[in-house]
Amino acid sequence: MARREGSTVPARANTKSKSSPKRATRVRTPSPKGRRVYMVTGGVTKFAKAHPAMDFRLMVKRAYDYALKGIPNLTADRIDGTRISYFSDHFARQLKAASMVQDYLGMNPKGSVRIEWGGATGGECFQAAYEAVASGRMDVCLGAGFETMSRVPTWKGNEFIALASDTNFDFPLGGFYTGYYALMVVRHIYEYLRLRKFQDVTDEREAQRLAVEEGCRIMSLVSVKNHRNALHNPYAQYPKRLTVEDVLNSEMISYPLTREQICTMSDGAACVILCDEARAKEFTDKPILVTGVGTGTDTMRLADRPFGHVPLLPHEKAKDYEDLRYPGVHSFRAGRAAGIEAYRMAGITHPNEQLDFIELHDAYASSEIQTYEDLGLCKYGEGYEFVERGDPFLKGIDYGFDVPRAGAIPVNPSGGLIACGHPVGATGLMQAVFAFWQLQGTIAKHFGDPTLQLKNARRGAIHSHAGTGSAVTVSILERGFR
Amino acid sequence: MTARPHTYTKFKEVQSELERSGSAIYRDAEGVESLIVRSPYSINYVHSYAEDSPFFLGLADGKLRGSKCRKPKCGFVFATPRSHCMVCGAPTEWVDLPNKGRVHSWTTCHFGSEAFLKETPYNLAMVEFAGVGSLLLVRLKECVESDLYVGMPIEARFESNPKYSITDVWFVPSR
Repeated sequence: MARREGSTVPARANTKSKSSPKRATRVRTPSPKGRRVYMVTGGVTKFAKAHPAMDFRLMVKRAYDYALKGIPNLTADRIDGTRISYFSDHFARQLKAASMVQDYLGMNPKGSVRIEWGGATGGECFQAAYEAVASGRMDVCLGAGFETMSRVPTWKGNEFIALASDTNFDFPLGGFYTGYYALMVVRHIYEYLRLRKFQDVTDEREAQRLAVEEGCRIMSLVSVKNHRNALHNPYAQYPKRLTVEDVLNSEMISYPLTREQICTMSDGAACVILCDEARAKEFTDKPILVTGVGTGTDTMRLADRPFGHVPLLPHEKAKDYEDLRYPGVHSFRAGRAAGIEAYRMAGITHPNEQLDFIELHDAYASSEIQTYEDLGLCKYGEGYEFVERGDPFLKGIDYGFDVPRAGAIPVNPSGGLIACGHPVGATGLMQAVFAFWQLQGTIAKHFGDPTLQLKNARRGAIHSHAGTGSAVTVSILERGFR
Repeated sequence: MTARPHTYTKFKEVQSELERSGSAIYRDAEGVESLIVRSPYSINYVHSYAEDSPFFLGLADGKLRGSKCRKPKCGFVFATPRSHCMVCGAPTEWVDLPNKGRVHSWTTCHFGSEAFLKETPYNLAMVEFAGVGSLLLVRLKECVESDLYVGMPIEARFESNPKYSITDVWFVPSR
């Protein structure tokens, strides 16, 4: 399918850092000329620390059978091909594991390809399935993903994950992703709390200590939110009724991130089925339309991130960020780029007004806050206030503290990665399934509990994110029925 | 799925022997049994630093080397070297970095990968150097969590018995 070359996001003149690359961050304007693509069903296994009684093939089969259940016309012979995602050959210790999923599901000799893009693997798989249908190559495409992380001890697992960082310069220093995200949030807190909220404190160490304390308190609110939301999600690995103190007092993993602010490793699988309009209407009276897809990248090494300018969303002005050197190590430029592309395609100009909810990649409580800003739910620097005001919280759930603006734009109503778990290749697809049920209005049916069903949710976003923001996908889903 | 058969006669006979190797029958809450075996896996990789080699060889001589874009109009200086400029694509040349810099960001890792667990807690810092456009990630020693702050002046130290790893250089607070 031909794509028109697009315009670029205008960047401001370079006024600050002499050493910054003097170029704009270009973000392609998508020109959606492909076919309309609908999601018609999906399935998820319960995410767990380990599923010793199921290997990855059986996990995917369970999610797939669940997806097909209740749609009599949607049988295996109607599926034209698959896209199968998992992150790590190290975790699987089975190369080309996707081939074994393909044959276990009885999909041979249909076409397939394995999708891998770090932590964003699941989100990329969703978009690969989208592209297969949008291009007309397939009418019906299965996107399936899994990860079995329980085969190695936690700290060996951390080592495998850290091998997805530069093995010359980064891994040998300690090889630890929580450490990398801690470096990012320390700088985020410095930029937005130290310099803005504690600018009057003259002792530098003291000012930064106060700022980190404040940042951690607010990050803990995010952790409490996601764990409590998950109490109503039977698929979640770690539903918990935590307090801010519980989160702050949990074990320090990498300063200032504590255990309860970090997602865990999981075994799990998820799948989606996407198809064209004619089949969507045949299969279900509640199809969900994919109206936007976006993706972005950034350097593998944090140390290489530039200090340039913010690519603007339609509702932002260059003067909002005159003093900001971007993205540095405090923000995810890939997330911003993915958001710009997806929003533009979906016609979204004011995301916090035009989206009803977001399932967002909260591998860390810190990265959830950083991502609010990337996705334009608030301006850069306002992420902490956004949490304190209560915007991303759900109405009607007792979090143990006041959330004045609860329901403004619920983020991670499912509980997110922090509470649901993060079986990497499945995670982005899990978000798609939860968003799909949310938009269909079928949460109560699938969760056996209506609490997390948002009233009249018409449009939502899913957001999948790879190591320190080296790749991000954003997809927009909308109700495709009246 | 149908129930699995429960006739593990042979396994029970040799169970103690198997358990020594870490093998076991796992029984889940529903009584479904799965056989778990262990298989160690290690490998010696032959890894070339290739175009990054001068950086690692430089550490052994107590030199910190970055790279500078050769195109005069660009001239971007990278603290973490790369042989081609990420901004304009031109080749770069090796330049000496200052031995002193400041903490751009930092953390103290209380856990780490299995390979580094025994070294915890350790500090990581991203170093910014005056006149250099990008950062360098290093270990920060001779200080503890409560000493550290963004903007802290720090300086390089080098391993006298080099291991040809990024850990041949580390930084300490400037005195």
